[in-house]
Amino acid sequence: MSLVEVTDLTVGFGPLSAVDGLSFRLEKGAALGLVGESGSGKSTVASALLGLHRGTGAVVGGAVRVAGTDVQRASDDELRRLRGGKAAMVFQDPLSSLDPYYAVGDQIAEVYRVHVKASRRAARARAVEVLDRVGIPDAARRARSRPHEFSGGMRQRALIAMALACEPDLLIADEPTTALDVTVQAQILDLLHTLREETGMGLLLVTHDVGVAAGSVDEILVMRHGRAVEHGPVASVLGAPGETYTQELLGAVPRVDASRESDGGVSDEVVLEAVELRREFGHGKRQFAAVDDVSLAIHRGETLGIVGESGSGKTTLGRMLVGLLEPTTGAVRYEGRAQSGVSPSVQMVFQDPVSSLNPRRSVGESIADPLRARGERDEGRIRGRVRELLERVGLEAAHYDRYPHEFSGGQRQRVGIARALAAEPRVIVCDEPVSALDVTTQAQVVALLGDLQRELGLALVFVAHDLAVVRQVSDRVAVMRRGRIVEYGPADEVYESPQDPYTKQLLAAVPALDPEVAARRRTARRELTAA
Amino acid sequence: MNGFGGFVLRRAIGTVVTLFAISVIIYLVFYATPGNVAQITCGPRCSPVQVHQVAQQLHLDDPLYVRYWHFLQGIVVGQDYSTGTSVQHCSAPCLGLSYQTDQQVTQLILTKLPVSLSLVFGAMVLWLVLGVGTGVLSAWRRGRLSERMLTGITLAGVATPVFVIGLVLMIVVCGQLQLLPFPQYVDFTDDPEQWAWNLLLPWFSLALIEAAAFARLTRASMLETLAEDHIRTFRAYGVGERSIIGRHALRGAFAPVIALNANNVGSAVGGAVLTETLFGLPGIGQELVHAVNVVDLPVVVGMVLVIGFFVVLANAVADVLYAVADRRVVLV
Repeated sequence: MSLVEVTDLTVGFGPLSAVDGLSFRLEKGAALGLVGESGSGKSTVASALLGLHRGTGAVVGGAVRVAGTDVQRASDDELRRLRGGKAAMVFQDPLSSLDPYYAVGDQIAEVYRVHVKASRRAARARAVEVLDRVGIPDAARRARSRPHEFSGGMRQRALIAMALACEPDLLIADEPTTALDVTVQAQILDLLHTLREETGMGLLLVTHDVGVAAGSVDEILVMRHGRAVEHGPVASVLGAPGETYTQELLGAVPRVDASRESDGGVSDEVVLEAVELRREFGHGKRQFAAVDDVSLAIHRGETLGIVGESGSGKTTLGRMLVGLLEPTTGAVRYEGRAQSGVSPSVQMVFQDPVSSLNPRRSVGESIADPLRARGERDEGRIRGRVRELLERVGLEAAHYDRYPHEFSGGQRQRVGIARALAAEPRVIVCDEPVSALDVTTQAQVVALLGDLQRELGLALVFVAHDLAVVRQVSDRVAVMRRGRIVEYGPADEVYESPQDPYTKQLLAAVPALDPEVAARRRTARRELTAA
Repeated sequence: MNGFGGFVLRRAIGTVVTLFAISVIIYLVFYATPGNVAQITCGPRCSPVQVHQVAQQLHLDDPLYVRYWHFLQGIVVGQDYSTGTSVQHCSAPCLGLSYQTDQQVTQLILTKLPVSLSLVFGAMVLWLVLGVGTGVLSAWRRGRLSERMLTGITLAGVATPVFVIGLVLMIVVCGQLQLLPFPQYVDFTDDPEQWAWNLLLPWFSLALIEAAAFARLTRASMLETLAEDHIRTFRAYGVGERSIIGRHALRGAFAPVIALNANNVGSAVGGAVLTETLFGLPGIGQELVHAVNVVDLPVVVGMVLVIGFFVVLANAVADVLYAVADRRVVLV
């Protein structure tokens, strides 16, 4: 009997069909990757395996058997025994997936005692044991910490420890590394891999990131609109995809080993320059430098990638470049002159296309803001220019009067780009412009930025945590860590022969699309950590 | 100083500073306003001689800050008042002398305070039990008929004035059913049992209204917590609904309940006038209203100061409890 048997599963939320006739099996000890873009229904499937839709009003059809339990027909008590006991789930956001009010160890102990008859003391001991198992240092002491005292990676480890507590046969991991930095992501994926080798539990990995799946599972199931597009061994699906959609999806994934198709439009003329920038936050003992002694030069027509993990100071640097933040010391020079405050020539595109647009104003009005700020009063001219910009970024002129919620994430990011273009800038600083987008949308937005750059001779500063995207778009790259630039040079040099140990570590952590490469990188990481 | 002890200390210092500021403002409002302060303080039936005496005792010839200094001195170390022939010593904390009744304000407050505190703290226990209990029930039974009925009842509770609830309770319980005597305040030290029996109705009347607010707050906070991701985690690990409601969701309601409770306790010490009047309880609120009516300035000032003290104290205690309830609160 298989560990998981899903037959013709359908899940509907009101008129919306999230999963539409999905069937698959997972054998004991095997690993399956459920891959798809947002809205593909992959997380809904994961929830259905534990019967989490029961009582929510969702309509579930078909049959789901997990570890011998018929999830559809099971009584509430049977379902509770399945959840956490035979099949455990690790969620996406480790920040919010633990109760902020209780100690981490107590939360694990609580779950343990739901499934195993044990004293409080024995349950706590078990919690410490599993926390130690997932690599929490000084587990006995840290078990008494509350979640906010843990880093993101440690919280995710704690959740995995909770999953391990009752020795389940199946681990369901729903986007387990999406909120984490790339080096931490690699550690968590390696941990899952090792645990699987040791305990022989099955793994269902739900992810939007093909690279994450490639290195961690044996089989892959590509989902779209609630249906299976392609299903097979990971090497064949990724190596020789049979379906058009899979091909498109793989084509859109940025590769860390492919350099930018250069078009030679880069000149020697420096447009924007950062000179020994330093920015401090906080007071007294809590004072720290978010950006420390950073000097950069951005040339006309080039893209400078700034890559770093969370807390590296890359966003602070980006904000100083556009003048949204004043440096504590140092200067930003535009065409040789020191700048203070914002200027139309240097614009910004923000990360979150949802919150960076005012939901109560039409997108046309948002795009018109920079024009009005420059003193344009002629409504006819403003409308004309905005329509032009909307069309330029691949939207329709008629979208002027629509509101942000009517657009998809990618379209909203296009609106953000149109707004940045309205001021006719020569430099655009893009802060994580595609990190909230699906890979296919991401590829479209990246292509749009490339087109605009060629056409308008724009200089782009591309701030991102994703090493592959940065490589795809950048002529030169700066790697940041703890406020400082640790490596700075032409993209190909930085990526192909990194000098700094941190850059090497980052590159070794990037998930690879080829399972063999992924295995090699895993070994390389083990050596790096052992060294 | 760092850590929890330092936080409590800093909060205590903050409380003292706030109280000081309150005393300045109250003093200015009552004693630095236009009009003959001595005449007002002494009362309408005072002779010019008496008025002159009062003016001297209030140091009305001195600059304002000296007068305030004397006032503060009285609170901290005590003061002597001469009433023509005899001298009355008013020991610290001396809030002044009522010239209309020749009574020391501190003594007056000390006789009224136990009544108010008995009323408020007894009612507090009830409103917390009733309010939080109802809130938990309606969060648990959300969307069902029983929850809607509970919501309806609590809504009615908010909307009903205390003199309606109190009167109805009194008529039914004491009049019709004769289960309890009509309330009459008995001192706790005299007879604790009678104290409790007599306060039962006032407690309920005050608590029923306050409980409604707590029920709604508890329900709202719990539903908010129930929608959070960590609840999903525990559901996905087979933790039962009772544990999820009672352990995880309720925990999220602690902080807001503490905050609201501090406000209510603080303001009810001097603000439960309606309840006190209705049940004939000689508490702070009733006395304050009386003092305002007869323009007994020293009594009004003293009472307002004491009420302010309880509001500030309750909030300081709430801040500390808040930090205990939610360890993520940054202690500054």
